[in-house]
Amino acid sequence: MRRVLLPALVVLALLGAWELLARTGWLAGLLDINEAASDLLVPAPTQVAEALWNDRDLLVDNGWVTLKELLAGVALSLALGAAFAVAMHLSETLRRAFYPLLVASQTIPIVAIAPVLVIWLGFGIGPTLAVIVLICFFPVTVSTLDGLRSVDQAAIRMMRTLDAGRAAILRRLELPAALPRFFSGAKVAVAVAAIGAVFGEYVSANEGLGVVIKQAQAQLLTARVFAAVVVLSAFALGLFGLLSLLERRFAWWGSAGP
Amino acid sequence: MTSATIEISDLGHGFGPLEVIGELGLVVEAGEVVGLVGPSGCGKSTLLELTCGLQEPRRGRVRVAGGAAAEERLASCAFMPQRDLLLPWLAAIDNASLAPRNRGASRREARAEARPLFERFGLADFAAARPNELSGGMRQRVAFLRTLLAGKPVLLLDEPFAALDAITRAEMQEWLAGALRTEARTCVLVTHDVEEALYLCDRVVVLSARPAGAVAELSPESPRAADRDATVTDAEFATQRERALEALHEGSR
Repeated sequence: MRRVLLPALVVLALLGAWELLARTGWLAGLLDINEAASDLLVPAPTQVAEALWNDRDLLVDNGWVTLKELLAGVALSLALGAAFAVAMHLSETLRRAFYPLLVASQTIPIVAIAPVLVIWLGFGIGPTLAVIVLICFFPVTVSTLDGLRSVDQAAIRMMRTLDAGRAAILRRLELPAALPRFFSGAKVAVAVAAIGAVFGEYVSANEGLGVVIKQAQAQLLTARVFAAVVVLSAFALGLFGLLSLLERRFAWWGSAGP
Repeated sequence: MTSATIEISDLGHGFGPLEVIGELGLVVEAGEVVGLVGPSGCGKSTLLELTCGLQEPRRGRVRVAGGAAAEERLASCAFMPQRDLLLPWLAAIDNASLAPRNRGASRREARAEARPLFERFGLADFAAARPNELSGGMRQRVAFLRTLLAGKPVLLLDEPFAALDAITRAEMQEWLAGALRTEARTCVLVTHDVEEALYLCDRVVVLSARPAGAVAELSPESPRAADRDATVTDAEFATQRERALEALHEGSR
Protein backbone atom coordinates (compact mmCIF):
# COMPACT_ATOMS: atom_id res chain seq x y z
CA MET A 1 0.00 0.00 0.00
CA ARG A 2 2.78 2.35 1.03
CA ARG A 3 4.59 1.57 -2.22
CA VAL A 4 1.72 3.03 -4.21
CA LEU A 5 0.56 5.67 -1.77
CA LEU A 6 3.87 7.49 -1.35
CA PRO A 7 4.68 8.15 -5.02
CA ALA A 8 1.00 8.94 -5.65
CA LEU A 9 1.03 11.56 -2.89
CA VAL A 10 4.21 13.14 -4.25
CA VAL A 11 2.76 13.31 -7.76
CA LEU A 12 -0.53 14.74 -6.47
CA ALA A 13 1.27 17.36 -4.38
CA LEU A 14 3.43 18.42 -7.35
CA LEU A 15 0.40 18.56 -9.66
CA GLY A 16 -1.51 20.61 -7.07
CA ALA A 17 1.33 23.09 -6.68
CA TRP A 18 1.78 23.34 -10.44
CA GLU A 19 -1.98 23.90 -10.94
CA LEU A 20 -1.99 26.64 -8.32
CA LEU A 21 1.06 28.40 -9.71
CA ALA A 22 -0.18 28.19 -13.29
CA ARG A 23 -3.72 29.36 -12.48
CA THR A 24 -2.60 32.34 -10.40
CA GLY A 25 -0.22 33.41 -13.15
CA TRP A 26 2.64 33.30 -10.68
CA LEU A 27 4.63 30.83 -12.77
CA ALA A 28 4.21 32.96 -15.90
CA GLY A 29 5.33 35.99 -13.89
CA LEU A 30 8.35 34.14 -12.64
CA LEU A 31 9.28 33.09 -16.18
CA ASP A 32 8.59 36.64 -17.39
CA ILE A 33 5.85 35.55 -19.79
CA ASN A 34 3.06 37.84 -20.89
CA GLU A 35 -0.09 36.99 -18.97
CA ALA A 36 -2.08 36.62 -22.18
CA ALA A 37 0.36 34.00 -23.46
CA SER A 38 0.58 32.24 -20.13
CA ASP A 39 -2.23 29.82 -20.97
CA LEU A 40 -0.35 28.78 -24.09
CA LEU A 41 3.08 28.44 -22.59
CA VAL A 42 2.42 27.29 -19.04
CA PRO A 43 -0.59 24.97 -19.14
CA ALA A 44 -2.03 23.85 -15.84
CA PRO A 45 -2.37 20.10 -15.21
CA THR A 46 -6.12 20.37 -15.70
CA GLN A 47 -5.49 21.85 -19.14
CA VAL A 48 -3.14 19.00 -19.94
CA ALA A 49 -5.82 16.57 -18.78
CA GLU A 50 -8.29 18.36 -21.04
CA ALA A 51 -5.88 18.01 -23.95
CA LEU A 52 -5.46 14.31 -23.15
CA TRP A 53 -9.22 13.88 -23.48
CA ASN A 54 -9.87 16.19 -26.43
CA ASP A 55 -6.91 14.92 -28.46
CA ARG A 56 -7.49 11.30 -27.53
CA ASP A 57 -7.89 10.06 -31.12
CA LEU A 58 -4.71 11.80 -32.18
CA LEU A 59 -2.82 10.53 -29.15
CA VAL A 60 -4.10 6.95 -29.46
CA ASP A 61 -3.29 6.70 -33.18
CA ASN A 62 0.18 8.19 -32.88
CA GLY A 63 0.83 6.60 -29.51
CA TRP A 64 0.22 3.18 -31.05
CA VAL A 65 2.85 3.92 -33.71
CA THR A 66 5.36 5.01 -31.08
CA LEU A 67 4.55 2.05 -28.84
CA LYS A 68 5.26 -0.39 -31.68
CA GLU A 69 8.57 1.35 -32.37
CA LEU A 70 9.42 1.29 -28.67
CA LEU A 71 8.68 -2.42 -28.33
CA ALA A 72 10.65 -3.33 -31.46
CA GLY A 73 13.53 -1.02 -30.52
CA VAL A 74 13.74 -2.30 -26.96
CA ALA A 75 13.53 -5.95 -28.05
CA LEU A 76 16.28 -5.36 -30.60
CA SER A 77 18.42 -3.58 -28.01
CA LEU A 78 18.02 -6.35 -25.45
CA ALA A 79 18.96 -9.03 -27.98
CA LEU A 80 21.91 -7.05 -29.32
CA GLY A 81 23.07 -5.97 -25.88
CA ALA A 82 23.00 -9.50 -24.51
CA ALA A 83 24.75 -10.89 -27.60
CA PHE A 84 27.49 -8.24 -27.41
CA ALA A 85 27.97 -8.93 -23.72
CA VAL A 86 28.30 -12.70 -24.19
CA ALA A 87 30.66 -12.29 -27.14
CA MET A 88 32.88 -9.87 -25.24
CA HIS A 89 32.80 -12.13 -22.21
CA LEU A 90 33.92 -15.16 -24.17
CA SER A 91 36.69 -13.40 -26.06
CA GLU A 92 39.25 -11.24 -24.32
CA THR A 93 40.34 -9.99 -27.76
CA LEU A 94 36.83 -8.90 -28.71
CA ARG A 95 36.42 -7.14 -25.37
CA ARG A 96 39.66 -5.23 -25.70
CA ALA A 97 38.90 -4.33 -29.31
CA PHE A 98 35.28 -3.27 -28.95
CA TYR A 99 34.78 -1.95 -25.42
CA PRO A 100 36.25 1.50 -26.14
CA LEU A 101 34.17 1.70 -29.29
CA LEU A 102 31.08 0.80 -27.27
CA VAL A 103 31.71 3.62 -24.82
CA ALA A 104 32.50 5.99 -27.68
CA SER A 105 29.14 5.13 -29.27
CA GLN A 106 27.46 6.80 -26.31
CA THR A 107 29.13 10.12 -27.01
CA ILE A 108 27.52 10.37 -30.45
CA PRO A 109 25.18 13.37 -30.29
CA ILE A 110 21.88 11.89 -31.43
CA VAL A 111 20.71 15.27 -32.72
CA ALA A 112 23.67 15.37 -35.08
CA ILE A 113 23.47 11.81 -36.30
CA ALA A 114 19.70 11.48 -36.70
CA PRO A 115 19.53 13.35 -40.06
CA VAL A 116 22.45 11.24 -41.32
CA LEU A 117 20.55 8.12 -40.29
CA VAL A 118 17.64 9.30 -42.46
CA ILE A 119 19.99 9.52 -45.43
CA TRP A 120 21.35 6.03 -44.72
CA LEU A 121 18.18 4.23 -43.76
CA GLY A 122 15.52 6.29 -45.52
CA PHE A 123 12.44 7.97 -44.16
CA GLY A 124 10.34 5.78 -41.89
CA ILE A 125 10.79 3.44 -38.95
CA GLY A 126 14.48 2.64 -39.70
CA PRO A 127 16.12 5.75 -38.25
CA THR A 128 13.83 5.68 -35.20
CA LEU A 129 14.78 2.08 -34.43
CA ALA A 130 18.44 2.92 -34.99
CA VAL A 131 18.28 5.81 -32.51
CA ILE A 132 16.50 3.68 -29.88
CA VAL A 133 19.03 0.87 -30.27
CA LEU A 134 21.96 3.29 -30.17
CA ILE A 135 20.77 4.64 -26.83
CA CYS A 136 19.45 1.41 -25.32
CA PHE A 137 21.88 -1.39 -26.05
CA PHE A 138 24.65 0.25 -24.04
CA PRO A 139 23.26 -0.12 -20.51
CA VAL A 140 22.18 -3.68 -21.36
CA THR A 141 25.63 -4.65 -22.66
CA VAL A 142 27.56 -3.04 -19.82
CA SER A 143 25.49 -4.45 -16.98
CA THR A 144 25.19 -7.93 -18.52
CA LEU A 145 28.95 -8.04 -19.14
CA ASP A 146 29.58 -6.96 -15.54
CA GLY A 147 27.25 -9.71 -14.38
CA LEU A 148 29.04 -12.33 -16.46
CA ARG A 149 32.45 -11.20 -15.30
CA SER A 150 31.60 -11.02 -11.61
CA VAL A 151 30.66 -14.69 -11.27
CA ASP A 152 32.34 -16.24 -8.23
CA GLN A 153 35.64 -17.85 -9.35
CA ALA A 154 35.18 -20.56 -6.73
CA ALA A 155 31.89 -21.52 -8.42
CA ILE A 156 33.65 -21.73 -11.78
CA ARG A 157 36.34 -24.01 -10.31
CA MET A 158 33.61 -26.13 -8.74
CA MET A 159 31.89 -26.47 -12.13
CA ARG A 160 35.20 -27.58 -13.67
CA THR A 161 35.50 -30.38 -11.11
CA LEU A 162 31.95 -31.35 -12.10
CA ASP A 163 33.05 -32.01 -15.68
CA ALA A 164 31.74 -28.72 -17.06
CA GLY A 165 33.31 -27.45 -20.28
CA ARG A 166 33.20 -23.81 -21.38
CA ALA A 167 29.69 -24.09 -22.83
CA ALA A 168 28.28 -25.77 -19.72
CA ILE A 169 29.83 -23.14 -17.43
CA LEU A 170 28.31 -20.40 -19.56
CA ARG A 171 24.90 -22.00 -19.77
CA ARG A 172 24.44 -23.37 -16.24
CA LEU A 173 26.40 -20.86 -14.20
CA GLU A 174 27.36 -17.60 -15.87
CA LEU A 175 24.19 -16.81 -17.82
CA PRO A 176 21.77 -17.44 -14.93
CA ALA A 177 24.10 -15.56 -12.56
CA ALA A 178 24.15 -12.56 -14.92
CA LEU A 179 20.39 -12.56 -15.58
CA PRO A 180 19.51 -10.16 -12.72
CA ARG A 181 22.13 -7.72 -14.01
CA PHE A 182 20.71 -8.04 -17.52
CA PHE A 183 17.32 -6.98 -16.14
CA SER A 184 18.87 -3.99 -14.35
CA GLY A 185 20.37 -2.86 -17.63
CA ALA A 186 17.10 -3.49 -19.44
CA LYS A 187 15.20 -1.32 -16.94
CA VAL A 188 17.59 1.56 -17.51
CA ALA A 189 17.21 1.01 -21.25
CA VAL A 190 13.39 1.22 -21.33
CA ALA A 191 13.49 4.38 -19.26
CA VAL A 192 15.53 6.16 -21.94
CA ALA A 193 14.03 4.38 -24.95
CA ALA A 194 11.12 6.85 -25.12
CA ILE A 195 13.57 9.72 -25.60
CA GLY A 196 15.15 7.82 -28.48
CA ALA A 197 11.77 7.21 -30.07
CA VAL A 198 10.86 10.90 -29.99
CA PHE A 199 14.24 11.92 -31.41
CA GLY A 200 13.90 9.43 -34.22
CA GLU A 201 10.37 10.52 -35.09
CA TYR A 202 11.38 14.16 -34.95
CA VAL A 203 13.56 13.79 -38.00
CA SER A 204 12.27 10.84 -39.94
CA ALA A 205 8.59 10.18 -39.41
CA ASN A 206 5.21 11.57 -40.31
CA GLU A 207 3.39 9.85 -37.49
CA GLY A 208 4.07 9.05 -33.86
CA LEU A 209 4.14 11.01 -30.62
CA GLY A 210 7.39 12.71 -31.65
CA VAL A 211 5.59 14.14 -34.66
CA VAL A 212 2.63 15.19 -32.49
CA ILE A 213 5.03 17.01 -30.18
CA LYS A 214 6.86 18.70 -33.03
CA GLN A 215 3.67 19.95 -34.68
CA ALA A 216 2.03 20.99 -31.42
CA GLN A 217 5.12 22.97 -30.48
CA ALA A 218 5.03 24.84 -33.77
CA GLN A 219 1.37 25.71 -33.18
CA LEU A 220 2.01 26.69 -29.53
CA LEU A 221 -0.36 23.94 -28.38
CA THR A 222 1.69 23.43 -25.23
CA ALA A 223 -1.01 21.48 -23.42
CA ARG A 224 -0.94 18.94 -26.25
CA VAL A 225 2.85 18.69 -26.01
CA PHE A 226 2.51 17.90 -22.34
CA ALA A 227 -0.29 15.42 -23.02
CA ALA A 228 1.97 13.55 -25.47
CA VAL A 229 4.73 13.53 -22.88
CA VAL A 230 2.30 12.08 -20.34
CA VAL A 231 1.48 9.25 -22.76
CA LEU A 232 5.20 8.62 -23.39
CA SER A 233 5.85 8.48 -19.64
CA ALA A 234 3.02 6.00 -19.27
CA PHE A 235 4.65 3.78 -21.93
CA ALA A 236 8.03 3.95 -20.19
CA LEU A 237 6.45 3.19 -16.81
CA GLY A 238 4.46 0.32 -18.30
CA LEU A 239 7.53 -1.24 -19.92
CA PHE A 240 9.51 -0.74 -16.72
CA GLY A 241 6.77 -2.45 -14.74
CA LEU A 242 6.60 -5.31 -17.23
CA LEU A 243 10.36 -5.86 -16.93
CA SER A 244 10.12 -5.76 -13.14
CA LEU A 245 7.47 -8.47 -13.29
CA LEU A 246 9.58 -10.61 -15.63
CA GLU A 247 12.57 -10.07 -13.38
CA ARG A 248 10.67 -11.24 -10.32
CA ARG A 249 9.47 -14.28 -12.25
CA PHE A 250 12.69 -15.28 -14.02
CA ALA A 251 15.58 -13.75 -12.05
CA TRP A 252 14.24 -13.74 -8.52
CA TRP A 253 17.59 -14.72 -6.98
CA GLY A 254 18.79 -11.15 -7.50
CA SER A 255 22.49 -10.59 -7.07
CA ALA A 256 22.65 -13.29 -4.37
CA GLY A 257 24.78 -15.54 -6.58
CA PRO A 258 25.93 -19.02 -5.60
CA MET B 1 35.30 -46.80 -7.46
CA THR B 2 37.87 -47.22 -4.68
CA SER B 3 40.92 -48.15 -6.67
CA ALA B 4 42.53 -44.74 -6.91
CA THR B 5 45.55 -43.71 -4.90
CA ILE B 6 46.99 -40.25 -4.42
CA GLU B 7 50.77 -39.87 -4.51
CA ILE B 8 52.27 -36.52 -3.63
CA SER B 9 56.05 -36.22 -3.53
CA ASP B 10 58.43 -33.30 -2.85
CA LEU B 11 55.59 -30.89 -3.39
CA GLY B 12 56.32 -27.18 -3.17
CA HIS B 13 54.00 -24.30 -4.03
CA GLY B 14 53.53 -20.62 -3.42
CA PHE B 15 52.01 -17.38 -4.66
CA GLY B 16 54.49 -14.72 -5.73
CA PRO B 17 57.18 -14.50 -3.07
CA LEU B 18 54.97 -16.35 -0.55
CA GLU B 19 55.90 -20.00 0.01
CA VAL B 20 52.71 -21.81 0.99
CA ILE B 21 53.73 -25.45 0.81
CA GLY B 22 57.28 -26.65 1.26
CA GLU B 23 58.55 -30.18 0.64
CA LEU B 24 55.38 -32.13 1.28
CA GLY B 25 55.06 -35.85 0.68
CA LEU B 26 51.83 -37.76 1.16
CA VAL B 27 50.45 -41.05 -0.06
CA VAL B 28 46.77 -41.84 0.28
CA GLU B 29 45.93 -45.48 -0.32
CA ALA B 30 42.90 -46.54 -2.32
CA GLY B 31 39.80 -46.40 -0.16
CA GLU B 32 41.58 -44.62 2.65
CA VAL B 33 40.17 -41.51 4.36
CA VAL B 34 42.96 -39.11 5.30
CA GLY B 35 42.47 -35.95 7.33
CA LEU B 36 44.66 -32.88 6.96
CA VAL B 37 44.71 -30.62 9.98
CA GLY B 38 46.69 -27.43 10.20
CA PRO B 39 46.62 -23.80 11.28
CA SER B 40 44.63 -21.30 9.19
CA GLY B 41 46.34 -20.16 6.03
CA CYS B 42 48.80 -23.05 5.96
CA GLY B 43 47.81 -24.01 2.43
CA LYS B 44 45.39 -26.85 3.12
CA SER B 45 42.88 -25.68 0.52
CA THR B 46 45.69 -25.01 -1.95
CA LEU B 47 46.86 -28.59 -1.46
CA LEU B 48 43.42 -29.87 -2.46
CA GLU B 49 43.32 -27.64 -5.56
CA LEU B 50 46.78 -28.88 -6.51
CA THR B 51 45.64 -32.46 -6.05
CA CYS B 52 42.57 -32.19 -8.25
CA GLY B 53 44.36 -30.34 -11.02
CA LEU B 54 42.80 -26.89 -10.58
CA GLN B 55 46.34 -25.61 -9.98
CA GLU B 56 49.78 -26.79 -11.06
CA PRO B 57 52.49 -27.12 -8.38
CA ARG B 58 55.75 -25.17 -8.67
CA ARG B 59 57.83 -28.14 -7.61
CA GLY B 60 57.33 -31.85 -7.10
CA ARG B 61 54.76 -34.28 -8.38
CA VAL B 62 51.13 -35.11 -7.82
CA ARG B 63 49.64 -38.31 -9.21
CA VAL B 64 46.03 -39.37 -8.83
CA ALA B 65 45.08 -42.86 -9.96
CA GLY B 66 48.38 -42.94 -11.80
CA GLY B 67 47.70 -39.78 -13.80
CA ALA B 68 49.99 -36.78 -13.42
CA ALA B 69 48.53 -34.36 -15.99
CA ALA B 70 46.04 -31.77 -14.70
CA GLU B 71 43.21 -33.14 -16.87
CA GLU B 72 43.84 -36.68 -15.63
CA ARG B 73 43.72 -35.51 -12.01
CA LEU B 74 40.60 -33.44 -12.68
CA ALA B 75 39.00 -36.53 -14.20
CA SER B 76 39.67 -38.60 -11.06
CA CYS B 77 38.80 -36.09 -8.33
CA ALA B 78 35.55 -34.64 -7.03
CA PHE B 79 35.99 -31.50 -5.00
CA MET B 80 33.67 -30.20 -2.29
CA PRO B 81 34.51 -26.55 -1.64
CA GLN B 82 34.34 -24.77 1.69
CA ARG B 83 31.18 -22.88 0.83
CA ASP B 84 28.38 -25.05 -0.53
CA LEU B 85 28.13 -22.87 -3.69
CA LEU B 86 24.68 -24.24 -4.46
CA LEU B 87 23.19 -22.41 -7.42
CA PRO B 88 20.16 -20.49 -6.09
CA TRP B 89 18.16 -20.91 -9.31
CA LEU B 90 18.26 -24.72 -9.25
CA ALA B 91 16.28 -27.09 -7.05
CA ALA B 92 18.32 -29.23 -4.65
CA ILE B 93 18.17 -32.30 -6.89
CA ASP B 94 19.25 -30.28 -9.94
CA ASN B 95 22.16 -28.82 -7.98
CA ALA B 96 23.22 -32.30 -6.94
CA SER B 97 23.00 -33.66 -10.47
CA LEU B 98 25.07 -30.90 -12.12
CA ALA B 99 27.88 -33.30 -13.04
CA PRO B 100 25.69 -35.73 -15.03
CA ARG B 101 24.07 -32.71 -16.72
CA ASN B 102 27.48 -31.30 -17.62
CA ARG B 103 28.37 -34.67 -19.13
CA GLY B 104 25.38 -34.39 -21.44
CA ALA B 105 22.57 -36.18 -19.59
CA SER B 106 19.07 -34.77 -19.95
CA ARG B 107 17.47 -33.25 -16.86
CA ARG B 108 15.26 -36.31 -16.48
CA GLU B 109 18.20 -38.73 -16.74
CA ALA B 110 20.30 -36.68 -14.33
CA ARG B 111 17.47 -36.56 -11.79
CA ALA B 112 16.93 -40.28 -12.12
CA GLU B 113 20.59 -40.75 -11.28
CA ALA B 114 20.36 -38.47 -8.23
CA ARG B 115 17.05 -39.67 -6.80
CA PRO B 116 18.28 -42.96 -5.25
CA LEU B 117 21.01 -41.06 -3.40
CA PHE B 118 18.47 -38.51 -2.13
CA GLU B 119 16.37 -41.36 -0.81
CA ARG B 120 19.27 -43.27 0.71
CA PHE B 121 20.56 -40.17 2.52
CA GLY B 122 17.21 -38.95 3.80
CA LEU B 123 16.85 -36.00 1.46
CA ALA B 124 13.94 -37.26 -0.66
CA ASP B 125 11.52 -34.69 0.80
CA PHE B 126 13.87 -31.85 -0.04
CA ALA B 127 14.65 -32.78 -3.64
CA ALA B 128 12.46 -30.03 -5.07
CA ALA B 129 13.43 -27.37 -2.52
CA ARG B 130 15.44 -24.32 -3.52
CA PRO B 131 18.76 -23.82 -1.72
CA ASN B 132 17.42 -20.72 0.07
CA GLU B 133 14.74 -22.91 1.65
CA LEU B 134 17.31 -25.30 3.13
CA SER B 135 19.15 -25.10 6.46
CA GLY B 136 22.94 -24.93 6.55
CA GLY B 137 23.25 -28.64 7.32
CA MET B 138 20.85 -29.58 4.53
CA ARG B 139 22.75 -27.43 2.05
CA GLN B 140 25.98 -29.23 2.94
CA ARG B 141 24.29 -32.59 2.45
CA VAL B 142 23.16 -31.54 -1.03
CA ALA B 143 26.67 -30.25 -1.77
CA PHE B 144 28.10 -33.61 -0.67
CA LEU B 145 25.68 -35.53 -2.90
CA ARG B 146 26.67 -33.23 -5.77
CA THR B 147 30.28 -34.25 -5.09
CA LEU B 148 29.35 -37.95 -4.98
CA LEU B 149 27.38 -37.67 -8.22
CA ALA B 150 30.47 -36.40 -9.97
CA GLY B 151 31.19 -40.15 -10.00
CA LYS B 152 34.91 -39.81 -9.30
CA PRO B 153 37.00 -42.32 -7.33
CA VAL B 154 38.58 -39.61 -5.17
CA LEU B 155 36.72 -37.17 -2.90
CA LEU B 156 38.43 -33.99 -1.74
CA LEU B 157 36.51 -32.25 1.04
CA ASP B 158 37.60 -28.73 1.97
CA GLU B 159 36.35 -27.87 5.48
CA PRO B 160 32.84 -28.95 4.55
CA PHE B 161 31.30 -28.16 7.95
CA ALA B 162 33.30 -25.09 8.96
CA ALA B 163 30.34 -22.74 8.62
CA LEU B 164 27.94 -24.83 10.72
CA ASP B 165 27.09 -24.51 14.41
CA ALA B 166 28.51 -27.10 16.82
CA ILE B 167 25.40 -29.27 17.11
CA THR B 168 24.74 -29.36 13.39
CA ARG B 169 28.41 -30.05 12.77
CA ALA B 170 28.35 -33.10 15.07
CA GLU B 171 25.21 -34.36 13.28
CA MET B 172 26.83 -33.83 9.92
CA GLN B 173 29.98 -35.68 10.96
CA GLU B 174 27.87 -38.66 11.95
CA TRP B 175 25.98 -38.39 8.67
CA LEU B 176 29.18 -38.18 6.63
CA ALA B 177 30.63 -41.16 8.52
CA GLY B 178 27.58 -43.16 7.49
CA ALA B 179 27.78 -41.89 3.93
CA LEU B 180 31.45 -42.88 3.65
CA ARG B 181 30.65 -46.34 5.04
CA THR B 182 28.17 -46.98 2.24
CA GLU B 183 29.95 -45.00 -0.51
CA ALA B 184 33.56 -45.98 0.10
CA ARG B 185 35.98 -43.72 -1.77
CA THR B 186 39.52 -42.52 -1.46
CA CYS B 187 39.00 -39.34 0.48
CA VAL B 188 41.01 -36.37 1.72
CA LEU B 189 39.32 -34.22 4.34
CA VAL B 190 40.76 -30.82 5.14
CA THR B 191 39.62 -29.34 8.45
CA HIS B 192 40.84 -27.19 11.31
CA ASP B 193 38.76 -29.28 13.71
CA VAL B 194 41.00 -31.96 15.25
CA GLU B 195 38.04 -33.89 16.69
CA GLU B 196 36.31 -33.99 13.32
CA ALA B 197 39.44 -35.36 11.66
CA LEU B 198 40.03 -37.99 14.33
CA TYR B 199 36.43 -39.17 14.21
CA LEU B 200 36.12 -39.37 10.43
CA CYS B 201 39.56 -40.43 9.19
CA ASP B 202 41.69 -43.56 9.05
CA ARG B 203 44.77 -41.37 9.32
CA VAL B 204 45.25 -37.75 10.35
CA VAL B 205 48.20 -35.71 9.13
CA VAL B 206 49.05 -32.56 11.09
CA LEU B 207 50.53 -29.78 8.98
CA SER B 208 52.80 -26.98 10.16
CA ALA B 209 52.27 -23.27 9.49
CA ARG B 210 53.46 -21.81 6.15
CA PRO B 211 55.35 -23.23 4.35
CA ALA B 212 53.30 -26.30 5.20
CA GLY B 213 54.90 -29.68 5.85
CA ALA B 214 53.74 -32.76 7.76
CA VAL B 215 54.71 -32.62 11.45
CA ALA B 216 52.76 -35.54 12.91
CA GLU B 217 50.60 -38.46 11.90
CA LEU B 218 47.91 -40.17 13.94
CA SER B 219 45.83 -43.28 13.37
CA PRO B 220 42.50 -43.20 15.20
CA GLU B 221 41.32 -46.53 16.60
CA SER B 222 37.78 -46.73 15.33
CA PRO B 223 37.20 -44.29 12.50
CA ARG B 224 33.61 -43.50 11.46
CA ALA B 225 32.06 -45.50 14.32
CA ALA B 226 28.28 -45.46 14.31
CA ASP B 227 28.11 -43.86 17.76
CA ARG B 228 29.98 -40.57 17.54
CA ASP B 229 29.34 -39.52 21.13
CA ALA B 230 30.80 -42.73 22.52
CA THR B 231 33.83 -42.44 20.25
CA VAL B 232 34.77 -38.86 21.02
CA THR B 233 34.37 -39.31 24.78
CA ASP B 234 36.60 -42.39 24.76
CA ALA B 235 39.88 -42.11 26.73
CA GLU B 236 42.06 -43.22 23.82
CA PHE B 237 40.36 -40.65 21.59
CA ALA B 238 41.15 -37.96 24.15
CA THR B 239 44.83 -38.96 24.18
CA GLN B 240 44.98 -38.81 20.39
CA ARG B 241 43.30 -35.42 20.45
CA GLU B 242 45.86 -34.12 22.95
CA ARG B 243 48.71 -35.37 20.79
CA ALA B 244 47.23 -33.78 17.68
CA LEU B 245 46.66 -30.46 19.41
CA GLU B 246 50.21 -30.54 20.75
CA ALA B 247 51.61 -31.19 17.28
CA LEU B 248 49.39 -28.44 15.88
CA HIS B 249 50.65 -26.07 18.53
CA GLU B 250 54.29 -26.99 17.91
CA GLY B 251 53.83 -26.74 14.15
CA SER B 252 52.21 -23.32 14.19
CA ARG B 253 55.17 -21.69 15.93
